[in-house]
Amino acid sequence: MEGLDITIKDIDASIICSAPEYDKQRSPAGLISEYLGLTPKPAFYVETVCSSSTTGLRVAWSLIKAGLHRVVAVIGFQKMSELSSRDAAERMGRGGDIIWESPFGLTMPAGYAMYAQAHMAKYGTTEEHMAKVRVKNSHYGATNSKATYRKELSLEEILSSEVITSPLKKFDCCANADGASCIILARGDVAKGITEIPIWIIGLGAATDTMSMAGRGSLTGLRCAQEAARQAYKMADVGPQDIDVAEVHDCFTISEILAYEDLGFAKPGEGVGLIEEKQTYADGKIPVNVDGGLLSKGHPIGATGGSQIRTIVRQLKGQATEAQVKGAEIGLVHNIGGIGQYGNVTILRK
Amino acid sequence: MGFENFGTVSFTTEAKVADFITYLEAGKIMATRCKKCRVSYFPPRADCPGCLSSDMEWFEIKGKGKLSSYTVVNYGPTGFEADAPYILALGQFDNGVQILACLSRDIAEKDIKVGMGLTVSPVKLPNNRIAYEFRKA
Repeated sequence: MEGLDITIKDIDASIICSAPEYDKQRSPAGLISEYLGLTPKPAFYVETVCSSSTTGLRVAWSLIKAGLHRVVAVIGFQKMSELSSRDAAERMGRGGDIIWESPFGLTMPAGYAMYAQAHMAKYGTTEEHMAKVRVKNSHYGATNSKATYRKELSLEEILSSEVITSPLKKFDCCANADGASCIILARGDVAKGITEIPIWIIGLGAATDTMSMAGRGSLTGLRCAQEAARQAYKMADVGPQDIDVAEVHDCFTISEILAYEDLGFAKPGEGVGLIEEKQTYADGKIPVNVDGGLLSKGHPIGATGGSQIRTIVRQLKGQATEAQVKGAEIGLVHNIGGIGQYGNVTILRK
Repeated sequence: MGFENFGTVSFTTEAKVADFITYLEAGKIMATRCKKCRVSYFPPRADCPGCLSSDMEWFEIKGKGKLSSYTVVNYGPTGFEADAPYILALGQFDNGVQILACLSRDIAEKDIKVGMGLTVSPVKLPNNRIAYEFRKA
């Protein structure tokens, strides 16, 4: 609520977003509501795995548009550190199809690795291209005081890190993390009264793809992201060329390259050109993840979408605490749930 | 009788398509097809979301498929520690059927190519468990 002229009493409802089964607490919405002093206002839980908090944002937008509430808090959280890495991998894997695919040992990195392998086979994308995404994101992550990884990584360090699930290596993968995020969404007239620089939601897109990997028609792009982007651009009446700064769901290095293409920043198969030419750095044509991305920040599942929104809001206000993109007016957030089961694209404007 | 012994670790037992396991134990990998609108499903379904019919028939997935993609998993989740490294793959077969399974352990990593020919067969796992796997066609 930093910089906002409101108190906790002005929040009419809260939407709590996370992925279940990482902690023992059942129905965490009630607990968080009580802890933050939001009781007796309405609070409820929303989940779409890694894109939970931008789904919460979509619901909050609808509640305000429908006239039910004036101010809604979208609170994302995840507490992952109580689980071992293998147990967390197992929970994440069960974000896929548990009857038909988890019994084979499918994990989130393995799912994205199959997208990477298919992209490499079709377009000639290389491990070095993917590593360059981490070089960029680690460069910006080093300036982010809230990031888990704040160390710049060299191409050699990334390429020589151990293979987790081929072709993805340790430094191609984001880390499990504990984290929380909060978005305050207010009705237009209310927003103008509580902040000097309101940031407006001008486009919302949401889509799904099959739970099973077997149901995927294409392995070189995420259909949920392509469809969510189409909807968001249409609603905002802008195109990819109008985006000044973007936060994309780089849970793996390949995910950022897929995002370049799925969002229309590059044609299918040409996403690697953007990273090769450094066009997604802060002074490039389309700056992406200049807060370090999930690769640096870590990926506390339910909190991640809110963290991406936070970065774009700061960018558009000209108050970025990491690299500031000069004169940014329109920003985009691409937040993906699971191995592309859920896609949310949000476009914001100053 | 159901999915309790399916794969390295199963997370469910009951399912409407439990006959799949009976067929699998008899050596067949089956998919379902809606008798009304003729759409095929793998993973098999007991109900057709297209026409809402539950009048389905089983058919065997035979012949040669094609490797859509793969990954060598070095870090297995809980329950798969002993399996790693294992090779997960997606195979495309006739009737628009795509399957996720492991590649047979007798295929060397250097011999794997996206687009290579595959067949799918039942495989017995330790501890009386059962699954299916891809073999080189």
